Amino acid sequence: MPKLSAILTLTSSLILGVGGVWIAYNVDMLPVSASMNAPVYDELYRVLFIIGCILFIGMTALVIYSLIQFRRKPGETGDGINLEGNISLEIFWTAVPAIVVLFVGLYSYDIYDRMGGMQPLMHDHGGQMDNQTERVWGGIGSGPIVSSSTKNSSSLPIELTAMQFAFIFHYPKENIISGELHVPVGREVSLKMESKDVIHAFWVPQFRLKQDVIPGQPTILNFTPTKAGNFPIVCAELCGPYHGGMRSNVIVDEQEDFDNWLKENSKESI
Amino acid sequence: MTISLKPSNSPQEKLQPTGWLKYLSFSLDHKVIGLQYLVCGFLFYLIGGSLAAAIRVELISPLSDFMPREVYNQVLTLHGTIMIFLWIVPVVNGAFGNYLIPFYVGARDMAFPRLNAVAFWLIPPSGLMLITSYFINGAAQSGWTAYPPLSITTPAAGQIIWILSVLLLGGSSIFGGINFIATILKLRRPGLKLMQLPMYCWAMLGTSILVVLSTPVLAGTLILLSFDIVAHTGFFNPSLGGNVIVYQHLFWFYSHPAVYIMVLPAFGLVSEILPIHSRKPLFGYTTMVFSIMGIVVLGLVVWAHHMFTSGTPPWMRLFFTIATAFIAVPTGIKFFNWVATLWGGKISLNAAMLFSCGFIINFVLGGITGVALAQVPFDVHVHDTYFVVAHFHYIVYGGSVFVIFSSIYHWFPKFTGKMLNENLGRFHFIITFIGFNLCFAPQHWLGLNGMPRRVAEYDPQFQLINQISSLGALLMAISTLPFLWNIFQSILYGDDSGDNPWHALTPEWLTSSPPPVENWEGEAPLVLEPYGYGKKDSIETQEQIK
Repeated sequence: MPKLSAILTLTSSLILGVGGVWIAYNVDMLPVSASMNAPVYDELYRVLFIIGCILFIGMTALVIYSLIQFRRKPGETGDGINLEGNISLEIFWTAVPAIVVLFVGLYSYDIYDRMGGMQPLMHDHGGQMDNQTERVWGGIGSGPIVSSSTKNSSSLPIELTAMQFAFIFHYPKENIISGELHVPVGREVSLKMESKDVIHAFWVPQFRLKQDVIPGQPTILNFTPTKAGNFPIVCAELCGPYHGGMRSNVIVDEQEDFDNWLKENSKESI
Repeated sequence: MTISLKPSNSPQEKLQPTGWLKYLSFSLDHKVIGLQYLVCGFLFYLIGGSLAAAIRVELISPLSDFMPREVYNQVLTLHGTIMIFLWIVPVVNGAFGNYLIPFYVGARDMAFPRLNAVAFWLIPPSGLMLITSYFINGAAQSGWTAYPPLSITTPAAGQIIWILSVLLLGGSSIFGGINFIATILKLRRPGLKLMQLPMYCWAMLGTSILVVLSTPVLAGTLILLSFDIVAHTGFFNPSLGGNVIVYQHLFWFYSHPAVYIMVLPAFGLVSEILPIHSRKPLFGYTTMVFSIMGIVVLGLVVWAHHMFTSGTPPWMRLFFTIATAFIAVPTGIKFFNWVATLWGGKISLNAAMLFSCGFIINFVLGGITGVALAQVPFDVHVHDTYFVVAHFHYIVYGGSVFVIFSSIYHWFPKFTGKMLNENLGRFHFIITFIGFNLCFAPQHWLGLNGMPRRVAEYDPQFQLINQISSLGALLMAISTLPFLWNIFQSILYGDDSGDNPWHALTPEWLTSSPPPVENWEGEAPLVLEPYGYGKKDSIETQEQIK
């Protein structure tokens, strides 16, 4: 009998593990990925999803199994077994979650590093950052995500001013002011953000990035779009009655189209 | 050190009104105060639930068309504040804590009965004040988090009333916390050791430590915020040189432990309910105690995980990620121990048991998304979205509220001497469980795909999922009806329960139901093994104790 139960336990754990992986690879709940750190994010998401599925399905199955297997049959009296604990079992289910959590923590640290979270801030923000006394906080992705393809091109500095209830983008070199964010594919954008009134948040779900836009405290967010298209910019911090309507668009163009857009608009502004 | 165990016939006790009127009086009886907390909390739950219904109606369509935008923000602020400060915290702590803790430690009342009554009577006026602020120039509309500068720039009257009300409720919570610590540590019956107490005592001890350490910080923060609003100081006002991030640190230093103030007592209650209905000892008592204390210590050093997108230095994000994720370890121990408590038992699948098991399943999902949210890179995408809304409703509704219902089904015979209708109770569970999951599970998807929280209007592509969620909310609202019917029906016409319908060994069952003033006719029983199920002599022991 002990042999049989061991085989059953092993088989069900195996099915559970394979099932978890299968679900994580077949249930896709994320929107399109359109920035350089989005695939990195999706990798972390998938690992967390696998672990989550295994744990959730496993625990639910255990609870439901216990309720059915150990239910009181009609007419049955008396108590269950007098079992007050089992030290080795308890050590086991302290150690296993500790190892899983440690793995998840270290892995997400690695992901964080790959997204550029641990790198010091760049101090070449379009010549705006020379004043060393100014404190700027970086969001995740604040450091440059260096890859061979983007190494040579410098980042595109853009300033974002948020106010109730709009995002205003300013291109300092061309002196363009726009209500929508236009960026080229494949070039790193360095967004310096500050709010005029209350706290807002800049969020592009397809970029998997979010950073609060804070009054009195500039923040920086760097990202590299990888897919041309039109994606929503959403304010994610309650900012007043029209919070839900505080939306804009980021238009990711091919380099050529972006250059044209810059040319047209800088002419108009002159 | 001598503690009198004889009934004290103090003149105050004789002056207390009897009958139902005592529930409206400044009663000093811990059982009356416990039920006052419970009924008062439930009335606020109905109000908070109506506000939630209004939110779900607004979100049926992508346009802001059901109520004015300002009112929507007031509704979501009141919903959060009422559910946290007037329903879950007072009920899992105040109601069950006051009713059960004196029984568990073998005392005739709480350590400070007058402080106890004061703590309760702070709640109705502050709750009413909060709700009536809606009719005076509008209630607060900056969310239950009241982040400045939004809370400084929105209409001042509502925000100030909100602050006053939360301060009073915080005061009530601190009074309660001090009382529980004193009662558990100093009022134990001679011969009863700490490690022989029922688990709920440990949960309340841990919770009360959190309350006493962290609530004063919230009070200080809100007083500074009120200075900014009324006296135009600049603590948190950036246009006067203040710093808005400092407020967030101070606020979350309380408000993250507040999550444990809402769930630790629930863990304790489940630890009482599961052994009784599965007729088995609580599995791993010692590890349970250490995991509670582990959660208390870790719970105090994880607050900044609410601020990963605010602008915090990288090292700080890393520290809070690891610390938060590690809370999963002591929490996990408790869940495995509960399943091990079920294993090999003789389980009665009654309403109390169903709600407790529903709690385990819901909370595991909420815990998993919690560990995910603790990871900075994961959080920057879903922070402040419906993913977070789903996560914390799985914790506070799927967790704490399910346990409150479970506890009501379990202790109703103790409160009234009547049985609840079990079939109606199971029906209540099924609708609540389906409605809850239908309402909140789809919100994970909404958050991942781009719907921020606290919005009255949204991208039309999310309409279908929002309608499914609103349908779930409708089921949750309907599920209240069989519950209320069951309560009224059973109080009036319910079957007599006898003193100990569950054949439980914990001390509150070893007296009459409902218990007399001062809990026992004679001397308080000495219960050294509150979970001694399955021993051959357990029934005889119980008889002897009686």
